[in-house]
Amino acid sequence: MEIPESVKKRLTLPAEEHFYAGHTACQGCGASLGLRYVLKAYGKKTIVAIPACCSTIIAGAWPYNTLDANLFHTAFATTGAVISGIEAALKALGYKVKGEDGVMVVGWAGDGGTADIGLQALSGFLERGHDAVYIMYDNEAYMNTGIQRSGSTPYGAWTTNTPGGKRHFLEKRHKKKVIDIVIAHEIPYAATASDAYPEDFLRKLRKAQKIPGPSFIQLFAPCPTGWRSPTDKSIEIARLAVQTAYFPLFEYENGKYRINMPSPKKEPKPIEEFLKLQGRFKYMTKEDVETLQQWVNHEWEKLKKLAEVFG
Amino acid sequence: MPIRTVMKANEAAAWAAKLAKPKVIAAFPITPSTLIPEKISEFVANGELDAEFIKVESEHSAISACVGASAAGVRTFTATASQGLALMHEVLFIAAGMRLPIVIAVGNRSLSAPINIWNDWQDSISQRDTGWMQFYAENNQEALDLILIAFKVAEDERVLLPAMIGFDAFILTHTVEPVEIPDQEVVDEFLGEYEPNHAYLDPARPITQGTLAFPAHYMEARYTVWEANENAKKVIDEVFAEFEKRFGRKYQKIEEYRTDDAEIVFVTMGSLAGTVKEYVDHLRKKGIKAGAAKLTVYRPFPTEEVRELAKKAKVIALLEKNVTFSVGGALFQDFSRALVNQEEKPILVDFIIGLGGRDVTFKNLDEVLEISKKALSGEEFDEVNWIGLRKEIL
Repeated sequence: MEIPESVKKRLTLPAEEHFYAGHTACQGCGASLGLRYVLKAYGKKTIVAIPACCSTIIAGAWPYNTLDANLFHTAFATTGAVISGIEAALKALGYKVKGEDGVMVVGWAGDGGTADIGLQALSGFLERGHDAVYIMYDNEAYMNTGIQRSGSTPYGAWTTNTPGGKRHFLEKRHKKKVIDIVIAHEIPYAATASDAYPEDFLRKLRKAQKIPGPSFIQLFAPCPTGWRSPTDKSIEIARLAVQTAYFPLFEYENGKYRINMPSPKKEPKPIEEFLKLQGRFKYMTKEDVETLQQWVNHEWEKLKKLAEVFG
Repeated sequence: MPIRTVMKANEAAAWAAKLAKPKVIAAFPITPSTLIPEKISEFVANGELDAEFIKVESEHSAISACVGASAAGVRTFTATASQGLALMHEVLFIAAGMRLPIVIAVGNRSLSAPINIWNDWQDSISQRDTGWMQFYAENNQEALDLILIAFKVAEDERVLLPAMIGFDAFILTHTVEPVEIPDQEVVDEFLGEYEPNHAYLDPARPITQGTLAFPAHYMEARYTVWEANENAKKVIDEVFAEFEKRFGRKYQKIEEYRTDDAEIVFVTMGSLAGTVKEYVDHLRKKGIKAGAAKLTVYRPFPTEEVRELAKKAKVIALLEKNVTFSVGGALFQDFSRALVNQEEKPILVDFIIGLGGRDVTFKNLDEVLEISKKALSGEEFDEVNWIGLRKEIL
């Protein structure tokens, strides 16, 4: 559908689409929304590598295709390595890679493919300094295989292998801080982003494009199917994740931390606000909620301190 | 002018890579292949080879980076062995399925456990179902030549398959032998630039590669890998002929030695072929009608050539440095399949030999001969025999 000029000039995101409609994502899928934004930012001169994950299916089974850009499907553990190879080949062929008019090489992997099985290849990619952008779309479990916990699943969450039951067998570990592991590589640019704040995400994608070397963005991408949440609440949940400081938005640029949201000067909303919209948290006891709240508080204080000292 | 010099097979492989001018090399160190990427990184550092060298964090990533680079349309090379090749396993299927002409040099080494760094062929033989072509070198010159040949075959539009070239750990990788390094100009004429006509990641012309295929399409995609392997049989012969014309060295899928009136033919691969030929000479002096044959190409399997060879022998003794437990060696299985429906066929006897770097001696081969003779004279014999086992420590 053609967008009228009068509407276009009021848009805060690019009108052009490189992610076709009619794809196979679930209703309210945060991952597909995120990939759509990525292609809005980078356009069709992009090579996207996707490991085995939800996006494999969303991108279309043969002969269908959702992306108006080069797409390379790869094995689960290999995203970081494959984008390294693609980047090296493009350079050897004389292409400008990254930068405003360069070819964009993008790794698009879920939390399982990044925090767990793909962590080693990610580390190698970051440490070698390739000119590519790695985006982890974080829906906090292995959703494509049917909602199993990953290293990125939060404390107290129900998944199909942390099912609750008499022994209160819910996720017992706090969410793995992948962004901290990434920052430990001292790459030029790393950031968190959220589906609820697309302008912020686009700004970060563009920054990631301009800054030479490897960039990393961890995108909070709700999954109504896995989170047992209403399909029309994905954005609200993502927003609450930020407002409760459960998933704060911040940037790490050349050694400096900057918090984008929520405001470090105000008290974040209580974690219950974020939890109550999602069926995956309904088995948590009061003590569980308190444990999670304390973890959120601690991590938030830590981030504020980092922004204060290395701001 | 070609340069005549002496070098290890690892150096010969590095030289072959340099002559082939790959644009991307991704490699991870592993004994006994480490010297290959070391030497290549020297070539890159000196400006003798203009390539991107990716110092990956594992073999899994080495082959994955090669897959990405090859899919983007450049010639790629890597080297590995043993556990490294095993770690690459899942991605090897992907490389073949995507029809990416990647070339790997493999310093054939055993697999754990127990840990052992020495020679057998279990590493590459275990990759035989991945769709990759497999070549085995008898000496360091062959290691160099077969890498050049493999690139040419792999990149042929009728083939478009990845290839691995095996050469025995230490026996070749670390042993200095005379090697002739061909002229760069002649290699350039032979190989040419790699310019893919098929689908690759061109920023100006977006495509999708490696997509999900439902049962309605998967089998056809796999069948194209079968077809490519079949096509490769003819292409390999063509490339062998062209190689001989340009470089003067003759290669055949199966190289026969004194087989014409032979009753017992010893079949093997790699450096063991040298020992076996020597042994055949020794037997001939004693009036025993023995011959030898070496498979230079293992995948695609040279079925026709095996059938021709089989016509010349009463007993074929397969000497192999690999095992499929409860079955026997890979050659035994493959020869059995090639001959099972032939009206006249020799008796096949399988010998598991030289695993984990155990030296293969004439004494071992005498044992092979004795069992083969039993088969020849109609006595009872075991189909699968482990040769040179130290029974006192079992």
